[in-house]
Amino acid sequence: MAKNAAPQTAGFESFQTRHLSNKLWTWPFVAALIAVLALGAISLFTGVYDIQGQADGREMFFTTRVPRTASLMLTGAAMAMAGLVMQLVTQNRLVEPTTTGTIEWSGLGLLFVYLLFPAPSLLLRMTGAILFSFIGTMLFFLLLRRVRLRSSLIVPIIGMMLGAVISAVSTFIGLLFQMTQNIESWYIGSFSNVQMGRYEYLWLIVLVTVLVFICADRLTLAGLGQDVATSLGMNYNRIIFVGTALISLAVGIVAAVIGNLPFLGLIVPNIVSMFRGDDLRSNLPWVCLLGMGTIMACDILSRVLIMPFEIPVSLILGTVGSVVFILILLKQRRSPQTPR
Amino acid sequence: MIRIENVKKSYTSDVQIGPLNIQIPKAGLTSLIGPNGAGKSTALLMIGRLLDLDEGQISVANLDIATSKSRDLAKILTILRQENHFVTRLTVRQLAGFGRFPYSKGRLTQQDEEIVSKYIDFLDLTALEHRYLDELSGGQRQRAYVAMVLCQETEYVLLDEPLNNLDVARSVQMMEHLKYAAAEFGRTILTVLHDINFAAKYSDRICAMKNGQIAAYGTVAEIMQPEILTDIFETKIEIIQGPYGPIAVY
Repeated sequence: MAKNAAPQTAGFESFQTRHLSNKLWTWPFVAALIAVLALGAISLFTGVYDIQGQADGREMFFTTRVPRTASLMLTGAAMAMAGLVMQLVTQNRLVEPTTTGTIEWSGLGLLFVYLLFPAPSLLLRMTGAILFSFIGTMLFFLLLRRVRLRSSLIVPIIGMMLGAVISAVSTFIGLLFQMTQNIESWYIGSFSNVQMGRYEYLWLIVLVTVLVFICADRLTLAGLGQDVATSLGMNYNRIIFVGTALISLAVGIVAAVIGNLPFLGLIVPNIVSMFRGDDLRSNLPWVCLLGMGTIMACDILSRVLIMPFEIPVSLILGTVGSVVFILILLKQRRSPQTPR
Repeated sequence: MIRIENVKKSYTSDVQIGPLNIQIPKAGLTSLIGPNGAGKSTALLMIGRLLDLDEGQISVANLDIATSKSRDLAKILTILRQENHFVTRLTVRQLAGFGRFPYSKGRLTQQDEEIVSKYIDFLDLTALEHRYLDELSGGQRQRAYVAMVLCQETEYVLLDEPLNNLDVARSVQMMEHLKYAAAEFGRTILTVLHDINFAAKYSDRICAMKNGQIAAYGTVAEIMQPEILTDIFETKIEIIQGPYGPIAVY
């Protein structure tokens, strides 16, 4: 004990500053905010149509460019946030909507809506997507309860297998009812169709973000495991339920409006965790911001690489994402704490 | 007081714990000892409401743990299991701060921060308080979790093998801390220990379990008897008087 006497007395003097370690408005955050705003500006002025030269440029700007940039920001934040919440709830860093089958389930939900209602409205499709992704994610969590080592690679493998089965079911149904085109275009998420009147439901993501923020501490606690959470008096099952509902809302909305966006929920939370740890409440702004930045950068790339054509943004995300996925795997392999 | 009445838990028809009947008085350190599979951890988990009982009743400070709200129990009772595998990237201080969750629901007040600082200092974690848990050694992490549990400031503290992963020096230190917490802060600490001599040196009472039953319960002097220990562990155990009390030799 004696050798630690010095820092103890020093601790008292710096008492006022001891707990102020997680401020949000730091210089890096301001810099990231400026970078994201700059990307937003670039995104607004990237495109084939000459909005400054043409007479109806201003109109075009507000019908297509603004909705596109807004929906990029909203979906980027939503997918990154969904990944983060999933990682806490499952206690596994490799989990995100595409490695748990959540996205595939919402695709199946969309398909069912198409089957049941001729020419369904966007609201109807969204409801189907949200409902199915909720059922699918819950099913995945139930399966997970039978896995002893939650931090293992088995978890995303189960998730991806489940996802593959569901997408096979979707394809089968699609073939059966001749709707394969619907599915294929859906699996390649893209923002090229976004325009005024088609994306407004994405604003619901703001609401989801607020709800996640309210539950933030409980979700972080859930990340410490059922025993610790229960010992601290929290209703573990309820927070898992709420967390799943919030994830499904975010993923379902994105799936109905945009489509499949892989790996965003994996890359962003892992990078944030490396630098800032896992405290959800203080990290949420960072995760949303980085989610927006990543997807906007990818989308701008997708628009300029083969101008005047577009590469679907999901392809770029998939390429970047799989590289990061492998890097995370390699890093985990090296860290001594990770059980095999 | 922790009161356990006719508590039973069966895993299979062969493996059954109980019926357990025991009363553990307030304040002081009680150790649960016994061979592997005796049901020590099961008993601890049931008291800590992490495992449901099949039969019987457990009350802590006159609150029935089966019917009381988990939220209310969190202010009088806390339980720490052996380290879990997933290491969340929280700092030591953030983790300890979550010990205040039953009171502040995550929004720490100035008073909460002072309590957190107090226990971080108490467990010699001051220099490490802003380090992430995954950057610590197993022993340091164990202390961080104990800091969280103490921050909860519950009267009853249940610990499942707190000396796991700790070397001799750290084990001694941990037991000194727990003993001190029991004596100075008036906590009732119930802990599962594997080392009989650690139990003998630091406990006020020892409860020995075997085959799902309580085999012996009493003061250190009452339990540290060669016949009792030899019978419980099914190994020849002698007791010699050392400078700090009785020592089991095997």
